[in-house]
Amino acid sequence: MNIHEYQAKDLFRKYGLNAAPGRVFQKNSLSVQEISKIGPPPFVVKAQIHAGGRGKAGGIQIVDAADAAFGVAKKMLGTKLKTYQTAGVAKPVDWVLIEAAREIKKELYVALTLDREAALPCAICSESGGVEIEQVARETPEKVFRGHFGVDKALTSETFRSFVLNFFSDHGKNSDRLRDQLSDLISKIARLFVELDASLVEVNPLGLLADDSLVPIDAKINFDDSALFRHPEVARLRDASQEDERENEAKRFDLSYVGLEGNIGCMVNGAGLAMATMDIVKLDGGEPANFLDVGGGASKEKVAAAFKIILKDPRVKAILVNIFGGIMRCDVLAEGIVAAQKEIKLKVPLIVRLEGTNVEKGREILKRSKIQIISAETFEEAAQRAVEAVR
Amino acid sequence: MTVDGILRQCYGALPQDDVGLVWCSLREAMAILVDENTKVIVQGITGSHGSFHARQMVQYGTKILAGVTPGKGGQDFDGIPVFNTMGEAVAKTGANASVLYVPAQFAKDAILEAADSGVELIVCITEGIPALDMVRVLKQLENKGIRLIGPNCPGIITPEATKIGIMPGYIHKRGCVGVVSRSGTLTYEAVWQMTTRGLGQSTVIGIGGDAILGTSFVDCLELFEKDAETAAIVMIGEIGGAAEETAAEFIRKNVRKPVVAFVSGSTAPSGKRMGHAGAIISGGSGTAREKVARLRETGVRVVDSPARIGETVVRTLG
Repeated sequence: MNIHEYQAKDLFRKYGLNAAPGRVFQKNSLSVQEISKIGPPPFVVKAQIHAGGRGKAGGIQIVDAADAAFGVAKKMLGTKLKTYQTAGVAKPVDWVLIEAAREIKKELYVALTLDREAALPCAICSESGGVEIEQVARETPEKVFRGHFGVDKALTSETFRSFVLNFFSDHGKNSDRLRDQLSDLISKIARLFVELDASLVEVNPLGLLADDSLVPIDAKINFDDSALFRHPEVARLRDASQEDERENEAKRFDLSYVGLEGNIGCMVNGAGLAMATMDIVKLDGGEPANFLDVGGGASKEKVAAAFKIILKDPRVKAILVNIFGGIMRCDVLAEGIVAAQKEIKLKVPLIVRLEGTNVEKGREILKRSKIQIISAETFEEAAQRAVEAVR
Repeated sequence: MTVDGILRQCYGALPQDDVGLVWCSLREAMAILVDENTKVIVQGITGSHGSFHARQMVQYGTKILAGVTPGKGGQDFDGIPVFNTMGEAVAKTGANASVLYVPAQFAKDAILEAADSGVELIVCITEGIPALDMVRVLKQLENKGIRLIGPNCPGIITPEATKIGIMPGYIHKRGCVGVVSRSGTLTYEAVWQMTTRGLGQSTVIGIGGDAILGTSFVDCLELFEKDAETAAIVMIGEIGGAAEETAAEFIRKNVRKPVVAFVSGSTAPSGKRMGHAGAIISGGSGTAREKVARLRETGVRVVDSPARIGETVVRTLG
């Protein structure tokens, strides 16, 4: 789960980090007077959407007076913003964050994430932060430090001291103090990461200001969806308007759905098989309309919900159901399809390939239902039939 | 149970040379990690998934010695005794493996309980376990000599001997192909393609789709390379992480048996999460293209179509 920048900065403050003074506004709370209270100008006005790349898309603007900030914010609110990170979709700007703009001497980069191979959280830090960090990592990897940390150890400034030993070497007698400040900041983010089950915390840039203080200029936090059950206060930060509507509908039924651009609706069990089904549809010259994993152990209701999401998608010209039952039973799948089809009439060709646990029962249920089905024996045949059906 | 473990139990008193001889004759019949002598406890046996799959496993011939559900000790499940704790279940039955069907929020403690009970193998089927819980689990299991498979996996099967997990038994057939996969259902697909072509499997392991896993590709490749019954290896990867790249490096250095591979998700849009916590690509790393390239460099036969896995193995074995 993603959250907004202003929410991330609020969490930072809770964990003892400095963040620039600022306020977040909605359309009806925006006023010049309230903006003036933030501090002396200049201000930076930042559209709050769940994506990076806002600056280049006009979603971040610096202005030199409160009334100018008001004007810019008013224009942003209620619009939609598309950046190179929003995958072609424009996201609604319902909130703007207005902060006192500061002079930044230097931009650093700090991120915490999980290193799968090491099975440990990992901090990534660089003195060359800013928008080009990916290029820096690619071209000059020696400028990017990576270090692991344990989750049940004390996460103090001391823990991270060794991570930043070579930082600020050109800052003379200030170096030591800056290193202390940076390791302290990382330790606080690490505590947030562990205590709230984050999967990514990224501060890019982390600004070194004229007074030698370190302040997060931007902030991004992703949370581990599997751990939200023990963090209701985090779950409350969710902004569903930033997420794909079909994906949200799917989430309500605990389904894994990703909307795509094509016209073959796919319903598969298991993420690997679902991805492989998309791959084979493409290999055969078709375009999948979605990724949909009904998951292990789906109930009849869940299957019906999944099937309805596909049926409702106007772009879908054929539906491909590819099920290899393991924990999922083919009879449950068949019952779900029959139930969904009673509510929303099937108007496009339906290609079904069933194999695995209780396959005979499943085939029997579909046969008795009299739904028009193109059945396929193999995976390959199913994909070919689906591609033929939309031609 | 490992080959060595069985031998130590059966022939512990034999002189070293004789153990070697017995080992050579016995290992012909061995697959990896599990066989008909593996004695299993089902954690969460009274839940809906646990009970369904416990019955399926018994039907397949798996030796299920006990079940564990806290608070339900003393009950009886189809003649299988149910205990409150793993410690009790192991002490009373002498089981050496456990399989977990417990809800995600209790999985960490259940795995750790199994680890303390003395079993050598823990298969965790449960999906949706918080990633940091698994970080804690792996830390605790370090240097204990316990093999954890999963989580979020279909389990492990040595066809016609034992099945520990949720895979449909009938699609398998005993033979010489070792299969290791990050996926569940895609593994069934690959296995079915082989079985319908008359080609059997030595052992099939689903290592799981999560970011943090107990057993890696490399662990399984190493075991299959050493296993006398395994003549070829099928490896099924997917986008995200670097497990396939690490496996490619290991294969280049250590694997002489032919390897056929497929990497799913080559058409997945970048930056989108495709269900598995593992199946996420961002930026330039973890893409199917990179993984395929690295595997091909080491001589692995990577198929473009997931429908071609079976026939490619058949051709490879000639």
